[in-house]
Order: sequence, then C-alpha cells, then structure tokens
Amino acid sequence: MEKYKMHILICGGTGCRASASEAIQNNLQDALKAKGLEEEVQVVMTGCFGFCEKGPIVKILPDNTFYIEVKPEDAEELVEEHIVKGRKVMRLLYTDPDKKEVISDSKNMGFYKKQIRIALRNCGFINPENIDEYIATEGYAALGKCLSEMTPQSVINEIKESGLRGRGGGGFPTGLKWEFASKNDADQKYVVCNADEGDPGAFMDRSILEGDPHSVLEAMAICGYTMGADKGLIYIRAEYPLAIDRLKVAIKQAREYGLLGNDIMGSGFNFDVEMRYGAGAFVCGEETALIHSMEGLRGEPTVKPPFPAESGYNGKPTNVNNVETFANIPVIINKGANWFNKIGTEKSTGTKVFALAGKINNVGLIEVPMGTTLREVIYEIGGGIKDGKKFKAVQTGGPSGGCLTEAHLDTPIDFDNLLAVGSMMGSGGMIVMDEDDCMVSVAKFYLDFTVEESCGKCTPCRVGNKRLYELLDKITEGKGTKEDLDLLRNLSTVIKDTSLCGLGQTSPNPVLSTIENFYDEYIAHVEEHKCPSGQCKALMQYVIDPELCVGCTLCARNCPVDCIAGDRKEAHIIDTAKCIKCGACMEKCKFNAISIQ
Amino acid sequence: MAKVKSLADLKKIKEELHAKMDLREKSNDPEAQVQIKVGMATCGIASGAKEVMEFLIEATAKRGISTIVTQTGCMGYCYAEPTIEVTIPGKEPVVFGDVDLKKADEVIEKYIKQGELVDGIIPVNYKTIDN
Repeated sequence: MEKYKMHILICGGTGCRASASEAIQNNLQDALKAKGLEEEVQVVMTGCFGFCEKGPIVKILPDNTFYIEVKPEDAEELVEEHIVKGRKVMRLLYTDPDKKEVISDSKNMGFYKKQIRIALRNCGFINPENIDEYIATEGYAALGKCLSEMTPQSVINEIKESGLRGRGGGGFPTGLKWEFASKNDADQKYVVCNADEGDPGAFMDRSILEGDPHSVLEAMAICGYTMGADKGLIYIRAEYPLAIDRLKVAIKQAREYGLLGNDIMGSGFNFDVEMRYGAGAFVCGEETALIHSMEGLRGEPTVKPPFPAESGYNGKPTNVNNVETFANIPVIINKGANWFNKIGTEKSTGTKVFALAGKINNVGLIEVPMGTTLREVIYEIGGGIKDGKKFKAVQTGGPSGGCLTEAHLDTPIDFDNLLAVGSMMGSGGMIVMDEDDCMVSVAKFYLDFTVEESCGKCTPCRVGNKRLYELLDKITEGKGTKEDLDLLRNLSTVIKDTSLCGLGQTSPNPVLSTIENFYDEYIAHVEEHKCPSGQCKALMQYVIDPELCVGCTLCARNCPVDCIAGDRKEAHIIDTAKCIKCGACMEKCKFNAISIQ
Repeated sequence: MAKVKSLADLKKIKEELHAKMDLREKSNDPEAQVQIKVGMATCGIASGAKEVMEFLIEATAKRGISTIVTQTGCMGYCYAEPTIEVTIPGKEPVVFGDVDLKKADEVIEKYIKQGELVDGIIPVNYKTIDN
C-alpha cells in the first residue's frame, strides 16, 4: 500500500494560482522525481489557506512547516533542504512582525491563533478535486447519517437547535427556512445554492467552492432530503471560473460514487445538482431576483410573499441558502447541534468567515467564532494597519453595510451587534481604512457601485441612489453646502423605506453611517471646502513654503503644465488655477517645501 | 455503477482511505502525538537510518500508536548513528543512539508504550531554535 512519509500542500486558490502555484507544484514534483522521492512524498494542491497576503503558501507535513511567498525556483531548495536533509528553509518562513521571531508552525502565527475553522475546515487541507480525500475526512458521513438514521423533521430540528443563521447577510434562521420549505407540498421542489457573491472585496464563498466543493453538494443533498426536493441548483457567477471547474469535477465524482443521483446509499432518496450561471449582477444575490435570473428572466426582485419556500423556481417551493451556510451543515450533523451552538454568542452561534481587505497587514480569509471583537480581528489576526498608519474605519457588510470607527472596535461581532451600531454582518467583507482615506469618497465609492448595480425596478433606488451619488460628488468637488447634508439624510431614509429589496433598503447605509460617524469630515468638506485626509483632488491645493524653498527650479522644470513660476534662488509660486494636482512637484522637491493644503 | 451503495460502503471506503489522510490529520495536532525524528544525513543513511525510519512508520501504525515520524539532518552524534529523537507528549525529548531495527522495536515497546528508559540514551546538550 502506498504510504507517503510526507505531504506537501500547495495553495490552489485563485490568488495563489495567479502567483504561479501550479508552477511550484510542477517544480516540486520534478525535484522529488530527481531525488527518487516521488513514492515517499505526496504533493497535493489544496484550497485556500487564507493567508493570501503572503501567498503562494506551501505547507509541509507532518511537521506543519508553513512556507510563504514561495516562488517556482524555490522548489528545488525546499526538496533538497527540507525533504532530504530535514532542515527548514529559514528565508521562506513567516516572521512575526512584532517580535521579529521566525515561526514555522502556522498554529503559532497570530493570524491563525484565534481562528476556528468550520466552514473552511477542508480549505488548505484536502485536494478539492479528489472526492476520496473528502470522504476520508468525514465527507458524506453527515448525508449518510441523515438518510439512514434521521427523519427529515429530526434533521430540521437539529439545524434549528444549532442556531445556524444565514451567512449570506440576512441572518435568517436556517432551520426555520428549511421547515417552511418542507411544509409546502408539491410535485417538484428545489434546493438552490446562492453563490452569487458580489460585495466588493469579498471572496468567502469563492474560496469555499474552490477549496471544498463537496461540502456544499453534501449539504444541498441533506437540505433536499429534509424538504423532499430531488433537484439542486447552484447559481454561480461566470466570473468564478476556477470555482465552476472544481464544482463540475466534484459533481461528476459524486455522481460516479453514487452520492448524487438515484437511490443514494440505498435509501431510496434521489438528488442531483446542476449549475446555473449568472452574469455577475449584484442584485441577483437577492433570492427572488436570483430565481428570476435562473428562469431566464430579468434579474429583478419581486414582492415577498409569496416566499420562495411557497413559490420559487418555476413556481415551485424552493429553498435558497448561501454557500457558507451550506458548508456548516455537514459539521453540525456530524458533531451535533449542541457542539455547534456552544461556539459563538447566544443569538449568533458558530463562526463567520470574513474576507479581510484594505489597509491591513494580513489581507486574507479568516474564520472566527461569533463574538470575536473587531479589534481582535483587525489587530491580532489582521496584524494591524499597513505601514504603521492610524486606524480610521472598518467597513463591514459591503455596499449594504456601514463604516465603523475606533469607538466600535470592542464590539463583539455578531448579527445583532453590528445592526445595533449601524452596520451589518453582510456576507463577510471587511474593508479596513486608515487615516489617508476620505470618508466622503468612501461613501461615494459604494454609491457608485449601487448606482451601477441597481436593477432599476424601484424608482427610489434607481433615481434616489443616483441623486445621492451626485450630492456626494458635489461635496467632494468642494461645492457642497450644509443643506446638502440634510438632503442626503432625508433622501437616504426615503430610499431605505420605499425600496422593495435588500439592495435599495441598505444602499444608503454607507452614506448614513459615514455622516453619523464622521460628521466632522463632512462639515470640513462643505464649510471649509477642505478634505482633511487630502484625498479629494478638487479640494487640494499644493503650496510652496517660501521659507523652505531655495529656488532650485526643480519643481518648475518637472511641472507638466508649467504652472510654477519663480526666478533662480527665489521662492517659487504655484498658480493654483492652472495646477492639475498631479503631485509631481512635491515628489521632486528635496527641501520639503511643498505641501498640500 | 455507483461505488457507494450503502452507508456501510461509505464507511468502508473511509476506513480504506484513512491511512492516506492520517498523516494530515495528525499534523493538525502534533503535540498530541509521539514525535520521532530520525537523523537522515549521510552518516545516518549509511548506517541504515532509512530502514529504521520505514520500520518506525510501519510498526507504530500497526501497533496503533499515533506517531509523527519525520526526518531531520545530522544531529551530530555520528559515532552513534542511526540516531533518533523521541518526544512523548508532555515529556522532554530523548535521543537514542545506535538504533537498528531491534533497538527501534525496543524503543517502541519499552519507551513509547511503557515509558521505561532503555539503553543507548544520548544526553542532549544542545537547544533547537524552534523549541
């Protein structure tokens, strides 16, 4: 029997593949072959390890050595030193930025210490294209248990008991949702997996599908069993090619093994899964819009009720859950609701996956128990703010969420707490901003996104968001007035109150939360016509300090529009009317005489 | 033809696959396992360290002892090759010298299973950086 002494795991997520992780895999295999070790060392391409900041990641087992920023040309040295001689390659190990210590075991890294991986349990652990590895790690055992030992109602009860809430953003209790769908009788029912991940900067669902596609298939089958559906549909955006490929491989393997198809494990239960591709419209993450898109109609939401549980895809009872929600299901069945509901907080059990992005040291994918504070996530796991800058805000919940400040850092993250402070959980995007970010521009960025993504069905959302954007644009141009702030507030409230779906109901949140939390910054824009963080181009003025200027003429010679005047050895002056604010002069000045006002 | 026709089939496949994934699962919690490092430099290999390592992997698996066997470079005791370092959870590492197959068997049976010290212990007089 083949038994490898060592395993080399290489991250095969989209990020690391973009940094040549496939070439690393090939080079490692070649180097092993050259040493005659291909029978002793197994090379596996896994899903995402989460530490995308320092990718590509290579992990060597059994000693759990975690190599970062590996390049294809490092493969030979890794084999020669680590595999053959048993010496760690120090230059590729992670160094703790605070203590300057080299850490070889990922478990001791600040990034991983506070994490509990449930939904991501197999990401960076198994080969997602090999069903055997999934089965070997309890895969399909939960489905087997449900089909042979549990009634549909007892499965639903278990999920209800676990307290699992929808991870796509809404936070609706999953067990309850399943129960509604199970109670509606029909000749055909559907289970739908919502993989239309659209928040800017979010990649939780993509990573789960790329790293552990079978867990989603298994959970969909379990869901099908509880509600009496024999058909599953995965709605995924076509811009996730790797996730689509891995899902296709997984579906094919599961069919070959008889884990999808007719009479699964001799239970008489039939279930099969098909893929449906979306074109990447944000609104299609809303379940009614998603269903219409799958039906070949325009991706527009419709009024609920009827809820999809009564009348969904093709008018049949349909249950829609998010990828991450599904990924939790097999673990809950295997380990029990009482194991799961002890993790997290009372009303938000379990863990949540977050995509950390923005001005943070450890950009990546993390999974923490609910109730972890924002401070722990940003400073302990995220490693703090890039370049030693000052923290300013964290945006949670994507375009529907809000910007939270220093004062909110000790808030334990869960569905209700985030709502209470004016943001929301959303699907788990977390964008960190530092002192250089202008909050009016941030709000404008999100509005730009929602204006683009509004489906246009409801006037308040279609026209209102556009007007919000224009107001914000006016403020960043320095033409705003204090009255505009009241207008922003009023209009935001109207849009929230009168839009049909979640997109419009939440799209003004970034505006409201930034006005609430960064009112001073708005005031500075409209009253003093200044941008405190110096981001709004129209409000910037480059000026030369005559005390510091020695008249070297370097700035004048580099100015692309010739707006700097002055004689040699005399202080220069910038003609602000002609200045295009490119910053070239400031970069060139050797005497720090040029500043932004 | 479906490969998995019943839950029993699934369990059987899982058992068969277990050995393949065992190493990975153990790596999640190395502190809970018996860790054995085998010196595999030129001197060690020449003295038969490779065979000893294979024996250790197979014998501990057969005898149901949860172990992680890794190779390491020259430990410096070239006069006593092959050398192995055994760390039982919660105990200090112990280095054994002149470990042939017979000695390896004795180490497993006496030291690892019963905690009895056996002949051939080399007093450790160095520190490693990652511990």
